[in-house]
Amino acid sequence: MSIGDSASDVGKVLGLGSAREGGGEWLRERLTSVALLLLGIWLLASLLFLPKLDQRTLVEWLRGAWVAIPMALFVIAAFWHSVDGLKQVVTDYVAGDISRWVLNTIILFFAVAGAALCLFSLGRIVFGAAA
Amino acid sequence: MAVVRDRPLSPHLTIWRWGPHMVVSILHRITGAGLSIAGLAVLTWWLLAIAGGGDAYATFVKASTHWFGTIVLVGLTWAFFQHLFSGIRHLLTDTGMGFELGANRASAIATIAGSILATLIVWAYWLGAFA
Repeated sequence: MSIGDSASDVGKVLGLGSAREGGGEWLRERLTSVALLLLGIWLLASLLFLPKLDQRTLVEWLRGAWVAIPMALFVIAAFWHSVDGLKQVVTDYVAGDISRWVLNTIILFFAVAGAALCLFSLGRIVFGAAA
Repeated sequence: MAVVRDRPLSPHLTIWRWGPHMVVSILHRITGAGLSIAGLAVLTWWLLAIAGGGDAYATFVKASTHWFGTIVLVGLTWAFFQHLFSGIRHLLTDTGMGFELGANRASAIATIAGSILATLIVWAYWLGAFA
């Protein structure tokens, strides 16, 4: 079983896994979900435990490696999981290969742009001059 | 031999009695789509505002403390917990667990009760109920 396969060798014999394609996305959606489970709880708990949520406190907090790195990973996992999840919704509710392709491409563009904005902002916070 | 033209269709979605499992299934999709679109938009704005400095962050705070912004944030908090809990349930059912009628129903109800409770606790804390 490799990334890209949704069934083990035995599973394939039993007729499990994707009938056509999409096994890779299926598995990736689950892997990113486990990442988000950990990173999401970390992010929410951190925000709850921060003494204040003003800009200065947040900049200082985000500049630490043990915060900036999980935050970057959270951004990547969240956008990736969203692309796979929205693709699944589009596949189930939108008829027609062309409509699906167009919608999925728009979603991908927005997700890449959003993730780039987030990572750029994070880079500015971490590597910029101290406030 | 006469051909029966009005063949019985399998019962369609509209005639099923709604149960907690169906509610949780569709909530998982709705909260997933909501988090992907509204949640990630807020995350991107938040990081841009922190990187942008005091004035940019003040604009974000002004919007998030406005009654409408607060409703959106409370909604996103609930969506986060609902998607988190039904996501854990999803991962467990992916392994074949919890398909017995009783367990399936109980776990579905637990995700809804849990998400409402967790949202109340988080916002009670943020609004100073525990301060």
